[in-house]
Amino acid sequence: MTPLSPGFADPVLDAQACFRAVLEAMSRPGRVVVAGAALRPPAPLCRAAAAVLLTLADADTPLWSDAGANAEAWLRFHCGAAFVTAPDHAAFVLATGTPPALDALQPGSEEQPQRGATLVVQVASLGAGHGWRLTGPGIEHEHRLAVTGAPGGFLAAWAMNRARFPRGVDVVLCAEDRLAALPRTVAIQEG
Amino acid sequence: MTGIDDPRASGTEGYNFAYLDEATKRMIRRAILKAVAIPGHQIPFGAREMPLPYGWGTGGIQVTAAILGPADVLKVIDQGADDTTNAISIRRFFTRVAGVATTESTAEASIIQTRHRIPEKALREDQVIVYQVPQPEPLSKLEPRRAETERLHALADYGLMHVRLYEDIARLGHIAKAYDYPVMVNGRYLMSPSPIPAFDNPKMDRMPALQLFGAGREKRIYAIPPYTPVRSLDFEDHPFRPIRAPHACALCGSTESYLDEVLTDDAGGRMFVCSDTDYCGERQVAVAQEAAE
Amino acid sequence: MYVAVKGGGRAISAAHAWLDETRRGDTSLPELTVAQVEQQMGLAVDRVMAEGSCHDRFLAALAIKQAKGDLIEAAFLLRAYRTTLVRFGASEPVETSAMRLRRRVSATYKDLPGGQVLGPTFDYTHRLLDFALAAEGEARGEGPQAPAPVGEVPRVTELLAREGLMQREATDDAEPGDLTRQPLAFPAARPVRLQNLARGDEGFLLALGYSTQRGYGSNHPFVGEIRVGHVAVEFTPPELGFAIELGEIAITECQMVNQFKGSRTEPAQFTRGYGLVFGHGERRAMGMALVDRALRAEELGEDIAAPAQDAEFVLYHSDNIEATGFVEHLKLPHYVDFQSELENLRTIRRSAVAAEAARDGMAEAARDGTAEAAE
Repeated sequence: MTPLSPGFADPVLDAQACFRAVLEAMSRPGRVVVAGAALRPPAPLCRAAAAVLLTLADADTPLWSDAGANAEAWLRFHCGAAFVTAPDHAAFVLATGTPPALDALQPGSEEQPQRGATLVVQVASLGAGHGWRLTGPGIEHEHRLAVTGAPGGFLAAWAMNRARFPRGVDVVLCAEDRLAALPRTVAIQEG
Repeated sequence: MTGIDDPRASGTEGYNFAYLDEATKRMIRRAILKAVAIPGHQIPFGAREMPLPYGWGTGGIQVTAAILGPADVLKVIDQGADDTTNAISIRRFFTRVAGVATTESTAEASIIQTRHRIPEKALREDQVIVYQVPQPEPLSKLEPRRAETERLHALADYGLMHVRLYEDIARLGHIAKAYDYPVMVNGRYLMSPSPIPAFDNPKMDRMPALQLFGAGREKRIYAIPPYTPVRSLDFEDHPFRPIRAPHACALCGSTESYLDEVLTDDAGGRMFVCSDTDYCGERQVAVAQEAAE
Repeated sequence: MYVAVKGGGRAISAAHAWLDETRRGDTSLPELTVAQVEQQMGLAVDRVMAEGSCHDRFLAALAIKQAKGDLIEAAFLLRAYRTTLVRFGASEPVETSAMRLRRRVSATYKDLPGGQVLGPTFDYTHRLLDFALAAEGEARGEGPQAPAPVGEVPRVTELLAREGLMQREATDDAEPGDLTRQPLAFPAARPVRLQNLARGDEGFLLALGYSTQRGYGSNHPFVGEIRVGHVAVEFTPPELGFAIELGEIAITECQMVNQFKGSRTEPAQFTRGYGLVFGHGERRAMGMALVDRALRAEELGEDIAAPAQDAEFVLYHSDNIEATGFVEHLKLPHYVDFQSELENLRTIRRSAVAAEAARDGMAEAARDGTAEAAE
């Protein structure tokens, strides 16, 4: 077995910086931010997705992953993540390939919509200024987000996810060391 | 099970950056992200005992501690003022446990923790405002049971509050709620804006800065993302009216800021001054410069 | 010219220096040591450990010294320290039938296996101020040593349960909730309720327990048993896979025996109210046991009519650290909200005066009109 690459060089301050990046992304849906630039996680895990999980996941957050043994060993070691086999039991769902359907994940209840899962999904690339048209809380007029390699049928599934508000799933799109977030409130139209 | 010769020293040695341990910060950060994703919805969180008393800003302190980094510049206000004792105490706490830069200037701050006011100066996109919240549940005075208010939020059933406000109008001619005036966030959740004066409510609407709310004793976190519609509850024939004392500030002359009333003698003498000390100070400097020119 | 109040920082520093001075008191007297507090104010230490939710006599004694004897302030200091400690895991359940007992009394049986042991108690003392204690330096003789019961001492409730007279507690291997991690949610499971009560304010537990005796949530309690002593705490490290003993803690356990009328599905039998607290704290353990039983009203199909039976009311108001913080926060400035209330009240009064004037005016006009018509 190959030795595990390190996690955050400074676990306290790097996690803080990554959290602020994720908070910025979640507060301003579609805005692309940088996270985990210095990480070297095992394939197929990208740097941004690795940083998000190092920052937010731990033994208290059931994690579902399709990333394979190396990536899971790395996550288990660095964040003590508790893996589950059923995606609908997970607080965090990590998809490096085709993710489970949005409506197959935990949406929370009307009383406790915060139980809705966070889907961390890796895509080929993220860019701003063109592509999807995003509107909703966090967005002054409209944000544009160009996503290549989004899961098939994502926008239709997203519209259904948004329609069941306050229940629903929140998504963090990751590519290399960049990420953008889609809280369940955001409306997305094809660009 | 510790001996008398225990070496645990006083001071902050042995405490993590920003006091909270990393597991606690992760828990709070997860709650904050869900709060942003569900604007106005109260997220229960495992609030910790802080070294300051419950009711004195422990919710705001925990939120600030979970987001704060070395690059931040922190401003803490209580009643709009940087120099009130509890604001000083909280600012000292963060200087001590995080070594973070502090400021009294609204413009210079990246994080503003506040009790009971929103600064007069409009906040920007690169700022975060953290409110200290004593009672996060806007329905609590009407229905003290949490199990029941959670159900009402789930159903978006806010009839109780409408009835309460309407009773005011019927009895008094207008709504007798002057602070902690309830708001609807993004048209879905009824939310307590914390005990800010109703005068400040309109500042929350579509604010460019992220607004975070922490209630430590009641163990709830909630949020308003930037540019989110926030509407103070009202009726068509009784629109919401922010109230301020109908005077000019005795120090800077502002007729737009929120004023504190100060008693100057025991014979009815009084004066009105800005509650936002930074705003007032800047205006006084500007007025003096203008006069000098 | 008015100048806004400044110098809050200096005021805080000066106030804290003064606090330190008053803590020390008259410097011609010897300073109290933490060890003296721990040894000679033992029941205060026990209360602070219980409400501070941290079994550490030294830290509790230090907190009492630092808090100038204000026990709620001391419990707060201990809680704020406790919350920063790393959690290694949960211990095995303590086995109180294997306690090293200092005191064990039952009010339901004159004698019973293991016997009655009065132990160090205020019971049956005559509450006369002992002026001999005012004379310091007096050596007190050691109390006679009674042989403590050895081996397992079965619990009274267990003896009743074997006969089918005492309802068996539901056993559950699920990890109990932890209020220090997860906020209260309702309905609250019994382990969470018990955790809440064990940390609760002694005065609150006492008053609520008392209220149940006076008919507010009638239950008819007997002290099945109170036991005070030390019990081993065991922990199973995951890497070992078997339990190791970490040490002993001092606890007080109270089992109240209560009537239960029975229901269509269950024959009449006794039910229990349970109290378990850190240190020697009988009043606290008994209050806790009374309130625990009252909070089982719903589970046992009883009417919920009294404050002590109302879980939301009891559990949200039992914590004196939360309560003291919020009550005392009223000392903080509220200029802004008060100002908004002032303006609001003035507006309401102005419109009321205006309305009255308008009514008077209308009445006058009406009178004038009548007069004119009469002319």
